[in-house]
Amino acid sequence: MNAGLRPARRVVSDRVTLAHGGGGKAMRDLIEDVFTSVFAPPGMEDQARLMHPSVLEPGAQLAFTTDSFVVSPMEFPGGDIGTIAVCGTVNDLAVGGARPLWLSAAFIIEEGVPITTLRRIAASMQRAAEAAGVRIVTGDTKVVGKGSGDGVFVTTSGVGVIPPGRTLIASSVQPGDVAIVNGVLGDHGAAILAARGDMALTTDIQSDCQPLNHLMEAVLAAAPAVRCARDATRGGLASALNEIADAAGVGIEIMEADLPLRAEVKGVCEILGLDPLYLANEGTLVLFTPPEQAEAALVAMRATKAGRGACIIGRATTAHPRTVVMKTVFGGGRIVDMLVGEQLPRIC
Amino acid sequence: MKYADEFRDPVAARGVLAAIARVTDEIGATKDKPVHIMEICGGHTHAIFRYGLDKLTPPGLEFIHGPGCPVCVLPMSRIDECVEIAERPGVIMTTFGDAMRVPGRRKSLIQAKADGADVRMVYSPLDALELARRHPDREVVFFGLGFETTTPSTALTILQAAADNQTNFSIFCNHITVPPPIKALLDDPHMVLDGFVGPGHVSMVIGIHPYDFIARDYGKPIVVAGFEPLDLLQSVLMVLEQIRDGRAEVQNQYARVVPDDGNPVSIAACAEVYEPRPSFEWRGLGEIDASGLRIRPKYAAFDAEVKFGIGYGKGPRAVAEPEGCRCGDVMTGRIKPHACPQFGKGCTPEMPLGALMVSSEGACAAYYQYGGLRLEEAV
Repeated sequence: MNAGLRPARRVVSDRVTLAHGGGGKAMRDLIEDVFTSVFAPPGMEDQARLMHPSVLEPGAQLAFTTDSFVVSPMEFPGGDIGTIAVCGTVNDLAVGGARPLWLSAAFIIEEGVPITTLRRIAASMQRAAEAAGVRIVTGDTKVVGKGSGDGVFVTTSGVGVIPPGRTLIASSVQPGDVAIVNGVLGDHGAAILAARGDMALTTDIQSDCQPLNHLMEAVLAAAPAVRCARDATRGGLASALNEIADAAGVGIEIMEADLPLRAEVKGVCEILGLDPLYLANEGTLVLFTPPEQAEAALVAMRATKAGRGACIIGRATTAHPRTVVMKTVFGGGRIVDMLVGEQLPRIC
Repeated sequence: MKYADEFRDPVAARGVLAAIARVTDEIGATKDKPVHIMEICGGHTHAIFRYGLDKLTPPGLEFIHGPGCPVCVLPMSRIDECVEIAERPGVIMTTFGDAMRVPGRRKSLIQAKADGADVRMVYSPLDALELARRHPDREVVFFGLGFETTTPSTALTILQAAADNQTNFSIFCNHITVPPPIKALLDDPHMVLDGFVGPGHVSMVIGIHPYDFIARDYGKPIVVAGFEPLDLLQSVLMVLEQIRDGRAEVQNQYARVVPDDGNPVSIAACAEVYEPRPSFEWRGLGEIDASGLRIRPKYAAFDAEVKFGIGYGKGPRAVAEPEGCRCGDVMTGRIKPHACPQFGKGCTPEMPLGALMVSSEGACAAYYQYGGLRLEEAV
């Protein structure tokens, strides 16, 4: 964060102007007043200087990931672009078994965005970071002219530490392994769709965006044999399962009757002809565990806030390798393929 | 969920399936000599695969997937003309999402959008009219397509635009009607159909009497069906019972939605705005008499064909289908989707070659997505 010694001055204008990206005083005010005063990074040099004892443990690995967020609308029931920018990157680290520690946050802001919107986004990011127990330690802002962006785009990168002995990889899934999700599917996608307003749908559905690292720690403590986990973001559960089936060379069979779906989400999907298996989630994961640890994993997940609705949805099988098949409630079967094209653009 | 789960009750489904198996036996149909039932509507095709119904019905019953996917039967030349309009300066082209990916000879609408044309997805033609109000300096065109299900909403939008005297709004009309292609299929000497599952939402508008000729003149049963699995299964059973009993009637399984006489308000709006074209081209089926609708001269101010000088039949017609594409053979039931040499190879939902792969209601896309072929290998 480029910042001088002069104390932060409150941004007085209502909206972001090109001057806020000009590299001068206005930019410094924006960064310090709107962002660093909230994130409180450990030092104000051009780079964050970091250490954590877990990094030094023999056999520990660093995990590093990055993700950009362009969701439209920027604010929606259950969260905003700031919440998912933090949760998304935290979860990308967590499902790999990493304990997330530090995030960066880079903002591309379109001229004309209200300063109050930026303040809300920053506050959401800090709230999500505190919930996950991570710090936002460095960042950047750029301002682009009206029409060159659409509100605010956020890129977060994250660093975490994978403790010694943990190896979560999709290729290790074996036939017979049990597939567990932590809760209901499709809330985020349905909430965004309703929030866009062009369907004139009125629902109470909230985005599920939440950090999953505490849940992952709990489940790995109780069921250390868990093979892998994926967060079911873009492309939904269907895409996550297909990636795992592909990587492990196994078939996956899921039971339609066992899929946890809110009646409202089912209703939205019925009306719009969408398939909830492909709806995006921002706080939902699927993991695979050997059957003998499935019960322990379920109990541990259900004891966490993010895992109260945990349930078994299917298993890996030697039949139909690299293919996901859903047994319908009638006993018929159908292939659940990767999403083709897009169900909805700009959901995260 | 209320009013949907009841029609997905597995226990009830098992009962209907058992009856279907019994009646199929009574007819004497076998895997080698099956009874052929065509579901006309793409929504039914989609539901059959989504719920795996084709895997639950006996081998002596074969579904033939009909021409009822409007995106799929739209000829390539019309996409070309639509792209041509969209690329004109000042035009905002609006359409339903499905239509954006249909390949034209040069490009699809989505490619035209990437190349700089202003193409926008709307959920209703009224959204397009609203866009015209907000952009008085632009010409907003709605790419109207679909069967009788969408035809009334386009008609009502034209009536609204006329009432508002909206001068920068027009419709590129590609609306088509269901009964003529059924007649064309029945007149095809290669066609071996024993009965029909009739479209539900189309019939909600037109009622069930436009199908009378199927029973009366061709001696085939037809049952208008809803879209839930139990609706479909019950309708199939009703068709089979008619075949077994040697009856040919028009029956209405979907009476909770479909009035026998249709929706008079919609019918009147359509009659006011549209007239039949002498003939219209259907992809894979060719020209079919009186199967397409055009906007009456009275509403020519809202007719994009008039505004942009793209009259049907003026340009070179019958643009050849892409080489190796057998959409026509699939649509007439001559081959199953996976028997097409391009299926899953040169033609996938990501890069559709033929129209049946574009829309999720297309038989090929449904086969591909829900694994009509791969599932048989798999389970």
